[in-house]
This record gives sequence, structure tokens and C-alpha cells, in this order.
Amino acid sequence: MITPSEALLTVDHISMTFTDSREDLDALQDVSFSLSRQEFLSILGPSGSGKSTLIRVIAGLIPATQGSISFCSNRAEPKIGLVFQQANLMPWRNVLQNILLPLEIEGIDHDLAEKKALELVHLVGLEEFIHAWPDELSGGMAQRVAIARALIQDPDLLLLDEPFGSLDALTRERMGVELLRIWQASQKAVILVTHSISESLLLSDRVLVLSSRPGKITTDMTVTLPRPRLEEIRYSDEFIRLERKLRNSLKD
Amino acid sequence: MTKYTELSLTHRQHSNPEVSFSEKLVKHNGWLVLISLLLALGIWSAVVNWGNLPAFVLPSPSAVWQKFLLSLANGTLIHHTLVTLSEVLLGLFAGSCLATITGYFLARSASLEKILSPFLVASQAVPTVAIAPLLIIWFGSGMSSKVLICALIVFFPVLVNTIIGFRAVPANLKDLMLSLHPNRWQMLKYLEIPSALPILFGGLRIGATLSVIGAVVGEFVGSDQGLGFLINVGRGQYDMPLVFVAIFSLIFLALCLYSIALMAERLSMPWKRHR
Repeated sequence: MITPSEALLTVDHISMTFTDSREDLDALQDVSFSLSRQEFLSILGPSGSGKSTLIRVIAGLIPATQGSISFCSNRAEPKIGLVFQQANLMPWRNVLQNILLPLEIEGIDHDLAEKKALELVHLVGLEEFIHAWPDELSGGMAQRVAIARALIQDPDLLLLDEPFGSLDALTRERMGVELLRIWQASQKAVILVTHSISESLLLSDRVLVLSSRPGKITTDMTVTLPRPRLEEIRYSDEFIRLERKLRNSLKD
Repeated sequence: MTKYTELSLTHRQHSNPEVSFSEKLVKHNGWLVLISLLLALGIWSAVVNWGNLPAFVLPSPSAVWQKFLLSLANGTLIHHTLVTLSEVLLGLFAGSCLATITGYFLARSASLEKILSPFLVASQAVPTVAIAPLLIIWFGSGMSSKVLICALIVFFPVLVNTIIGFRAVPANLKDLMLSLHPNRWQMLKYLEIPSALPILFGGLRIGATLSVIGAVVGEFVGSDQGLGFLINVGRGQYDMPLVFVAIFSLIFLALCLYSIALMAERLSMPWKRHR
């Protein structure tokens, strides 16, 4: 258990109710957890369990109805890198320009920014495509660009909201492995929202399971798989045991 | 390693078949256009020759051509074209600038739109042609009244397109921008303007052709120069070749403006050009 002082992020009794003209919709109910630096946390849950809502609240895109979010960062304002289900690239900017966008908004010197962007292009393996337009990219490539863009600000926390949700199954598995490699190279705190049990096990230190509406944390499981991990870990007995355990907890 | 297998460029089909079709027509079938033009000229002269039509009803192509050369040589055509062109451009510029700025604020504020839209719609219900005489009386028969008519006629379509354009900014891209904490200007520069640009240009293209109409209407009602004035003079003197020369000049002017707008559109949106 992490004491609050070590935690990078503390989510404290968050509840979220969307008020419609006709009825109230409880998306999240009393969600609390904390996340330490360099921890990789996955949030699993059925559709409509408020996973994306939780991500949007943590990202500060929407205010929570109740509860608070606090960051413990050396920076005045914590930097959060966001990756959505859609790559959300600006169609009018090429790959390099898309990766540069956060630094341009921050007002970082262009040469310095470009040097950093090129490093990230290398990290996600898109060297040949820096001048391509987004609609020339495949879904997996676009998502790599989105990951590079999220990493360029050197964020304290990376929020990944079903980043591979719109990819086909094979590409998705490959991207999971890619993300594992990228994370092992960058060592950021990550929250990954996903539908995929094996993806969450492959990548995370810890998995939270949310119940269906209203979203509540039903399981908080530490992933006892050794690091650094390779893709082959999927076939280990421990992996299969944890997979079964998570599948059961999702059924409840 | 399977790492790079998915890194293949997906070549998109033409997403807009209409554009690619007309482009093909111009590119590969330019001669077809030429033939159809010649055919039209042939039919025109045949009608004049065999129909025994007097020149003040329908002049022959050669008479129009001679009139064209004459008015070009003595400078009248260029003078009047330039007058109309300046009215059109000034009106287009003023009208679309005002419409774009107003449209941007209307797109951002639903309540502002509710307050102003009855006035805007009412202003459109009055045909510009109907108030042109008033404007001529108020602002004189010089260029300023024509510029005003052009600006008025351009304003509404550009305004509507601006509102649609800025409202159509994708919500997911907006979320992404917001997560980067941009200031108002950066939001405009990095997201809203480039996103709205295709629709803004659509409005500008409509505006460009409408502005030509506005200038001619203004010149019809009261002026002493411009292509609309030239048509009036030609009609008064039963000088049909002159009327035709002026009409063709107007068509040419409108086509040029439309193509310039189209070219500016292509140049400013390189991400749409690569297909």
C-alpha cells in the first residue's frame, strides 16, 4: 500500500453524476485509489462502467460531482499526456507537426522541440513517415503518433483511454507489446483504460476492476509478474492464473 | 520481428468523386471543352445567319468579336472592367471580413446568435436588389454605394458558412487541445481556423460570384461607369454587341474570381492536396 505522501496521484472519493433534464445518471460512485510514480495501472470494466469518465475527470476535462483529485508533482501544474481511442491527430499537420503540437503550445524553442520530437519518432518507430499526413497512416501508426505526442511534454502521468480500442485484434496485440517496450524505456506513471484482460496483465503493475453503472472499484489486484516482461509471458502459468482471476471478478 | 509489418501506407481512394471527375475532364478532355465551345459558336452564327435576326436582337459572333477588339483598343472595356472589379473585390473583402468576425462570435455564443438571428434573417428577407435604389440615394452613385451592395450580398452566405465551420470543429480534437491548456489565440490558430477552413472557403467562393452580381445590380440602378453601366448604355443605343461584350466580361470576371478562390483554397490546405 502506498502512503499518500509517496503517491503521484490521489483520487479521493470521486463520484460523478450526469444530470439530464429527465434523469440523473450515476457514472462513478465513490472511487478512491492512489498511484505511485512509475506505476502502471490498468482500469478494467464493462462498457458503461464510467472508465472513460474517470479518465476525463483525472485529466481535468470535466469536474467531478464529488471528491477530489490531487497530484504530488515537482511542477507547479502536473503535466498529463492523453491518448484517446481515436488517435485525434490534426489532419492539417503532418506526423512531425502533430508530435510537436504540445511543445508549440507551451512555447518551447522550435529547434529544441524538434530534436525531442525526432527522438520520440525513433522511439515509436516512425522515422520514415515524419512528413506523412495523418490520413495516409494506418490506425496503428496513427496511434503511435498519438503516443509520441503524449510523451513529448515529458508528462508526470500518461492517461491512455482504450488507446487500441479501434484497432484490429492482431494490430492491437502488437501495439500492446510496443507500449510495453515504450513504457519500459520511458518509465512514466500510466493509467490505461482497457477492455482487454490480457493487455492489462501484460502491461500493468496493478489492475483495478470497475463494476457496471455506477462504476465502483470491485477489485484492486497487484500483478505479480516479474519485470522486465516479454510478450511470451502470456503463456506462463502465473499469467493464466491471474487472467482467470480477473475474468471471474469481471463476472460478478 | 513483426514490428513494422503494419507500417504500410494506406492509399485512400478519391474521397470526392465529383471533384476528381471534373478535374479529369479538364486534364484529359480539354479538347472536348474546346469542341463544345466551338459548337456553341457555330450554332450561334447559324441562328443569326439563317434566322435573319437583326443585329439589335442577336448580333453575330464576329460583330461581338469586333466590338470586343474595338473597346479593348480604345480602353473603355478595361476601364469599366477595372471599376467593376474594384467594387467587387472591395465589397467581397469588407463583407467577408465582417461576416467571418461576426460569425466567429455567433458560433461561440448560442445566446448571441438567438438575439441577433432575427435581424440577420430579416436582413436577408429584403432582396438587395430592392434596396439598391435606396443605397444609391443615400451613398451616391459613385463606387462606395456599389461596394456596400456587394458587401451586403456577400455577408450572409459567408456568415452562415463561418458559423457552420466553427461549430463543426470536432469535439475530440477540442478535448485534445483543452488537455494541452492553450490560450484563446492558440485554440483559434491550431484548431478552430484550420478545422473551419474548408467551409470558410466554400463561403468565400459563393461570396465571390455573388459579389459580381451585387456590383452589376448597383451599376444598373445608378452609375456612370462599370460593366453594368456599359450594358445599360448598350441597351439604350440598341448596341447589342456592346451588351454582349460586357456580359462576357462579367462571366470572365466571375470565373476568374472563382478560380482564384479555388486556388487559394488548395494552396492553404496542403493536407487536402496530396490525394
